[in-house]
Amino acid sequence: MDLLKITMSEAAQAIKNKKISALELTQFYFERSQKLNPKLNAIVEFNQSALTNAKAIDDKIAAGDDPGVLTGIPFGIKDLLCTQSIKTTAASKILKNFTPPYDATVVNRLKNAGAVVIGKLNLDEFAMGSSNESSHFGACKNPWNLDYVPGGSSGGSASAQAARLVMGTIGTDTGGSIRQPSNFCGVVGIKPTYGRVSRYGIIAFASSLDQAGPMVSTVEDAALTLEVICGHDQLDGTSSQRPVEKFKSQLSANIKGLKIGVMREYHNSDIVHTEVRQTYENAISELKKLGAEIVEVSVPLTKYAVSMYYLISASEASSNLARYDGVKYGYRSDFSDLSNLDLADFYSQTRAEGFGAEVKRRIILGTFCLSSGYFDAYYKKASQVRRLMKEQYDEAFKKCDAIISPVSTSPAFKIGSRVYDPLKMYLNDIFTTSTNLAGLPGMSVPFGMTKENNLPIGVQLTGHHFQEQKILNIAYALEQVSSVKGKMPNV
Amino acid sequence: MSADQFNEKSVLKIAQLARLKLTDSEALELSRQLGKVIAHFDEIAMIDTHNVEPLITPTDIEFFVREDLAEKKYSAEQMLENAPEKQGHLFKVPPVV
Amino acid sequence: MSSLTFRGYQAVIGIEVHVQLKTDSKIFCSDGTQFDSSDNENTSPVSVGMPGTLPVLNAKAVDYAVKTGLALGCQIRQKSVFSRKNYFYPDLPKGYQISQYDEPICEKGSVEFEVNGQTKKVGITRAHLEEDAGKSTHFGQYTLLNYNRAGIPLLEIVSEPEIHSPQEAAEYCRTIRSIVRYLDVCDGNLEEGSLRCDCNVSVRKIGESKFGTKVELKNINSFRFVEKAIEYEIHRQIDAIENSEKIVQETRLYDADKNRTYTMRTKEDAQDYRYFPDPDLLPVIVTDEKLKQIKSSLPELPLIRAKRFSQKYELSMHDALILTEEKDLADFFETAGHKCSNHKAVCNWILSELLRELNDHKLNITQSKISTDQLAELILLVDKGTISGKIAKTVFKDIWDTGKNPEKIIQEKGLVQVSDPNEIAKIVDQVIQTNPDQVAEYKSGKTKVMAFFIGAIMKASKGKANPALVNDILIKKLNEC
Repeated sequence: MDLLKITMSEAAQAIKNKKISALELTQFYFERSQKLNPKLNAIVEFNQSALTNAKAIDDKIAAGDDPGVLTGIPFGIKDLLCTQSIKTTAASKILKNFTPPYDATVVNRLKNAGAVVIGKLNLDEFAMGSSNESSHFGACKNPWNLDYVPGGSSGGSASAQAARLVMGTIGTDTGGSIRQPSNFCGVVGIKPTYGRVSRYGIIAFASSLDQAGPMVSTVEDAALTLEVICGHDQLDGTSSQRPVEKFKSQLSANIKGLKIGVMREYHNSDIVHTEVRQTYENAISELKKLGAEIVEVSVPLTKYAVSMYYLISASEASSNLARYDGVKYGYRSDFSDLSNLDLADFYSQTRAEGFGAEVKRRIILGTFCLSSGYFDAYYKKASQVRRLMKEQYDEAFKKCDAIISPVSTSPAFKIGSRVYDPLKMYLNDIFTTSTNLAGLPGMSVPFGMTKENNLPIGVQLTGHHFQEQKILNIAYALEQVSSVKGKMPNV
Repeated sequence: MSADQFNEKSVLKIAQLARLKLTDSEALELSRQLGKVIAHFDEIAMIDTHNVEPLITPTDIEFFVREDLAEKKYSAEQMLENAPEKQGHLFKVPPVV
Repeated sequence: MSSLTFRGYQAVIGIEVHVQLKTDSKIFCSDGTQFDSSDNENTSPVSVGMPGTLPVLNAKAVDYAVKTGLALGCQIRQKSVFSRKNYFYPDLPKGYQISQYDEPICEKGSVEFEVNGQTKKVGITRAHLEEDAGKSTHFGQYTLLNYNRAGIPLLEIVSEPEIHSPQEAAEYCRTIRSIVRYLDVCDGNLEEGSLRCDCNVSVRKIGESKFGTKVELKNINSFRFVEKAIEYEIHRQIDAIENSEKIVQETRLYDADKNRTYTMRTKEDAQDYRYFPDPDLLPVIVTDEKLKQIKSSLPELPLIRAKRFSQKYELSMHDALILTEEKDLADFFETAGHKCSNHKAVCNWILSELLRELNDHKLNITQSKISTDQLAELILLVDKGTISGKIAKTVFKDIWDTGKNPEKIIQEKGLVQVSDPNEIAKIVDQVIQTNPDQVAEYKSGKTKVMAFFIGAIMKASKGKANPALVNDILIKKLNEC
């Protein structure tokens, strides 16, 4: 049994069959994580009870119970999801000592399926960023080349998964934060349809855009994990009540006759790196070989997706982050004397010291877009265009089963290399933000590598609402014929 | 609003609303960076959205409510465990005028 | 049209009533809502605004809001939206209050009430759902916060500025309270804060069409204080205007001890709340079916019931209004009335004996020590002539104290009225015989001496002689003398 290559269901079965114990498996990964993490800075907090939890799984099996489909599988959880009794910080100073008394529903479901939490994973502070460089815990490294970013905001998840510090990770995606780092690190990441996965316990960035999803090594593992975490939650009033399909057992590489859309607006984009374009075109020709039909579709309003995304997400974030005020939990500025303090100063100083630069930038931006006199022209207007764009997607999906596109304009870049210009940074998100705005499911699957730096390149599949099975199948088909299948970095 | 209308003063006013203390140089830098971003946003102004209802939450359900049932799952202790400052089972803050 | 004036000025008053809806759990989470819980025991991650928590709407809060809106004659918006009202204050755990802004659940209603013998109508602009904030206790050097109250559902009812006097304001508030208690959606307890009245007051010279600057008055926890606070404020504003001072738009608190209002905070730059639709909550949908179901569950409302009582049972409006102030009392009245078919008598008994006993013992009608059956039985006994009205009063007291039924008490104490003319005749004869001087007085035209005879006869009969019969027989016999 190669513990680094085994799939989740193989491992779970092996544990249930007592070929290996949950404790042994967790021990293997826990030790590996501790050894390799200093190089990567992917894990920001280890679960001190991991081995105990694993032992409990073994006890359950000994008692004749079935712990679930993820029995004993070691997971890393992006430090944006609350984990009971384990520090949860959103990679921010303002939550640096926060220990939630509750689990996010996603974490709860993983645990109920028998998974073991190894630790919490690095991210851009409050999920705002595309490189993991804004984390209070410092940058995270791309295991393929330690000078490069793993992407963001779920950089720690991508890095930990690519280096196999764990068997599975959970990330979150608001404008591409699962797909882009998955793409940079060569792992499979899927952002489900909005409402598919409960948001309860996920520290909110932008409520109408956030979704959690698996970032794992294979499409099969993604399908299995997705099955476990999807489903209606009484604690999330926006979660869908649609029954959860058996994604894994319905996985099929037979995509004959499926119509794959290429978007006019993306297909001829001239800001795409040559090798990214190459990988994307290779994927299209492979899909043709597999019997899929390529059709052209058009979603003209995606042109404005970056504007809509940054405007709406910043607005919602400015409100969602108002609760970080030093009153109930989290960081409070060191005030020598409470009694002489003006309340406004109490808040302003605590928040100024607790939040990093990018977070402050988004809060100011968002507050502005919601402010009196600007609300109609900015927030309301963006929300209206959002509806129009979604309707264009609905039309496009009448012509195709899924849309293929690049994930990012380039492969991973060097840490510290992006000249600090927010607008320039934001414009790199052109391929991923529209998916969140329309609430569609999207995934990144590895398909190529750069010749020079050995950096992964993936392709993106976007489906219509609740069509996760379709995009999983297409990704599965691509995975089987990909030149990078099974490749792992040398950390 | 054009990039040059969004100046240091505007930023400080917004920062007040958002309870974020900024130095003058921070405010200046933000006004420059965000001025550009906001000017970019103006590209959506030209799109015809007459009579279009805003899309707030892109979910498939129309309405969701829960039954009126009280449940006690947490103690006051648990709720106060992370409090920066407390007195008994109450959160402590500077005097509110 | 109000002709109320204050030193040549008209007072323009609008009132915002915050009604705490008596649901078992909070509006957006399952915390309990009991008033007397220990510090922060009715909290959970959602109500303390912990990271990642989400609001989920309580169905009953919506039902109660619709019920109240219908009772206030409002149009119910079948699709209404929750918006976030963003501002920073320690009693607001999330840094925003979930409320309703431009699409409230109820709009355009009105209430009527009686004031100074006239019917007054006040428009209701809107009523919307929102969550209550926590409670702060100030200690000079610091403030302490309890989030038990944070998240309790509120219905904020906003009136049109159509109130023109302190009395009208107080009556308006009483009416709202009465209605929400009738609907059983709120306790209406001002001291505990389950009903809070904020008054917006401005004045303008008679004939002026423009509104004056309005001042908000808060911290008024009784209807009496509503009147006094507004009275004070009207005159304060007039004084200021007469002194050529500008009225500052601000919030003022009422000081009951000194009977004055004082500045709390000025609304210098009106706060920018940056309202936007809450993406965590979908629009509130009220189906036709739900609307129909709630409409059919509405009880008869206080003023309408009072008018019906007045007409049907021939009571004065004054009496009817007292009977209908509390639904339980109106129910008691009507039930007892049906049981003895004498609503007028029930009314009299309630307004005199029953309310007095309840007040003396600080009880409400549901805790009455006399039941509708017992009161009805008592009244029937009087109507049949079995006991006199005077005796009945003592029986009432006995029922209250012992809980025994009137029949039993009468038997045990031998209080049955003597209505046999022969027996009465015997007593009358005896009294006449033993009081010749008084007979002579009567014969000489001093009819006032009748009272003496009646007194003596009643005494001799231990109060049991039927007064009407006594009167007849006495007169007859005296005339025969």
